[in-house]
Amino acid sequence: MSRMTMREAISKALWEEMERDESVFIQGEEVGLWGGTYAVTKGFLDHFGEKRVRDTPIAEAAIVGSAIGAALTGLRPVAELMTINFAFVAMDHIINEAAKLHYMFGGQFKLPLVIRATSGGGRQLGATHSQTPDAIFAHFPGLVVVSPGTPADAKGLLKSAIRSDDPVLFIENATLYQTRGEVPDDKDYLEPLGKSKVQREGDDVTIVAYSKMVQSALEAAEMLSEDGIEAEVVDLRTLRPLDMDPVIESFKRTNRAVVVEEGWRSFGVGSEVASRIYEQAFDYVDAPVKRIAQAEVPLPYNAKLEQLALPQTEDIYHAAKEVLYG
Amino acid sequence: MAELITMPKLGFDMAEGTLVRWVKAEGDAVQKGDVIAEIETDKATVEVESSYSGKMFRHLVEEETTLPVNAPIAVIAEEGEEPTQDDIDAMVKEAGGEPAKKKVEKEAEKVEEKDKEEKPEAPAQEEAVEEEDVTPAGGVRSSPLARRVAEDKDVKLAKVEGSGPRGRVVKKDVERYLEKMQEAGREVQAEVVSEALQPMTAFSVGEVPEDQVVEMSRLRQAIGRRMQDSNQNFPHFYLSRAYKTGALMKLRKELNQLLPESDKLSVNDFILKAVALALRQYPNLNASIEDEKHIRRFGHVNIGVAVAVEGGLMTVVVRDVDQKPLRLIAREVREMAGRAREGKVRNDDIQGSTFSISNLGMFGIDNFAAIINPPEAGILAVSAVQKVPVVEEGELKVGSRMNATLSADHRVTDGAEAAEFMQVLANYLEEPMRLLL
Repeated sequence: MSRMTMREAISKALWEEMERDESVFIQGEEVGLWGGTYAVTKGFLDHFGEKRVRDTPIAEAAIVGSAIGAALTGLRPVAELMTINFAFVAMDHIINEAAKLHYMFGGQFKLPLVIRATSGGGRQLGATHSQTPDAIFAHFPGLVVVSPGTPADAKGLLKSAIRSDDPVLFIENATLYQTRGEVPDDKDYLEPLGKSKVQREGDDVTIVAYSKMVQSALEAAEMLSEDGIEAEVVDLRTLRPLDMDPVIESFKRTNRAVVVEEGWRSFGVGSEVASRIYEQAFDYVDAPVKRIAQAEVPLPYNAKLEQLALPQTEDIYHAAKEVLYG
Repeated sequence: MAELITMPKLGFDMAEGTLVRWVKAEGDAVQKGDVIAEIETDKATVEVESSYSGKMFRHLVEEETTLPVNAPIAVIAEEGEEPTQDDIDAMVKEAGGEPAKKKVEKEAEKVEEKDKEEKPEAPAQEEAVEEEDVTPAGGVRSSPLARRVAEDKDVKLAKVEGSGPRGRVVKKDVERYLEKMQEAGREVQAEVVSEALQPMTAFSVGEVPEDQVVEMSRLRQAIGRRMQDSNQNFPHFYLSRAYKTGALMKLRKELNQLLPESDKLSVNDFILKAVALALRQYPNLNASIEDEKHIRRFGHVNIGVAVAVEGGLMTVVVRDVDQKPLRLIAREVREMAGRAREGKVRNDDIQGSTFSISNLGMFGIDNFAAIINPPEAGILAVSAVQKVPVVEEGELKVGSRMNATLSADHRVTDGAEAAEFMQVLANYLEEPMRLLL
């Protein structure tokens, strides 16, 4: 185990997988000379060379499209999009090609592709660069959508994503890069895709979250603990395929749940999780499931307004109290 | 279209029942599944549910009336529907019953009342509609979990005070209600004990109370009939044996340390399991006289447990005891015994036993014999577990022992076979780990 930031954990996962497997390569805007917009690939160009660390033009459709082509030929590309907001430019490649080729060619082609992209707001980047549209991508069958909430999971899940033969959209929350945690050193440390995980145990209320909101949920759980309420925090980790088992198991004990996402509430992750709770554990419902999400506005640039629009730890704390009728 | 409610048949041997109480008064709204009346049979007081929705239009019988099964007892009408006396008579006739006469005079009153009520009736209906908007089905705002827990524990949600938003009943409220009821039950018990301590001061010689002639309850009558039949017609023989219970008591203590308060095992639960396993090996004792030439050996091992209830006793039945784990047996006995004491047994609780156990151990009884519960072939009378002097390996020691007496039907089995059964029972009771396998 080593203590490191999520940035270092992601960087390590990429480095180890590139060392392990020559068919793994990375491409994206400023991943080479600049060392990555978020300094994730610093030193990669010198070590792995231009062939495997490829700077691209500012052309997301080309970044994803060429990566899909490379993957079809048997390489294992890791395409980086500076932010997920730019994925919209590459939407046709991601949704109509990456998510469907394996299916439409009757399984003759595999698509061992990883698309990395940062998501989330809170850094005053304005409405178009601060979105959390994760749920949109989770809508489409054929695409695996992963978004870790801790450094250890970031490493283990990214390594699994690179080794997977399916197209994976790997979403990193930019405000988590500095978050520290214990990360296993094992070069074969893998976390399974499509498995939710209990990050904190408790019997009073279930808080379901993913990505950055896992950290907020854990903070809220500590606040609740001071009031004598023990929250269980379930980290979805993968939005598709969505693993509800730990959520349902937890809910059957607590009978109360808060679902937290950084994106908008309407048609979101919370809606999906809440529906499944009602479908699978109706007889265990003791209070309506509460959703915490971003205010339904384009995210403001003004720092104070921006924070007001984003879900905060206190919101989760109060929501937990609310579902407990306390 | 108005519908008739008839006296339900609540058991294969039920011929008649007494309507003891109307729960829904005439004019009350009735939902399908609502309890409309309570009925007493030989065996229990049970609730009659409506098969229709509408309103309770007419009671066809008064409370405390005894009627044969399938006799019409009430008319449920749709909202706004007003069946005439002729309509009702026709329905009753069609159902094979006597036209109800006693209500005729009420018809006249009704007309008068109706005139008076005509005006307020319209707004009242509107209010009812509004209320429906905020009150969910069943009439009580409650969470799905609370409803399920209430159903499991036989709690009426309407009696529970809700602590959630707008009075919603949640699980916690049902649990609190149950605790309160249990405490109340304990107080009642305490009173009974203290009463028993003061008979001498209640009266002095010279003020001897008069003889009382009390009517036998239906339950009392039923017990009398069945026990008399059994004792006169079943050739009983009896075998007694003292069982070593040291290992059993130790195992029970260990297991109970692992179990929550609500799931603790009683000695009787172990005995049930042991008897069931022994019966599986001795099918002749898990049997019944079919006719003069046949014995029916039951496939299931369903054990009846005698439970003392107010004014008599009832036998609640745990099904397939040989196949159930102890915890499940314990829970079922506890739940059914609870219902029996509250007079709320379900039909399934008391039917289909193939062998019975009567345990008076909790009263410190040393030894007793029970009368076979017909049509079964045997009953085991279990006495208290006691510390007694025993001789082991030539030495006098303190041992834990429990006496049990088997009453068996000599038409079905004989002494040697019954004795073997008692022997096999010893294997299970004295090496109780076998009961966990």
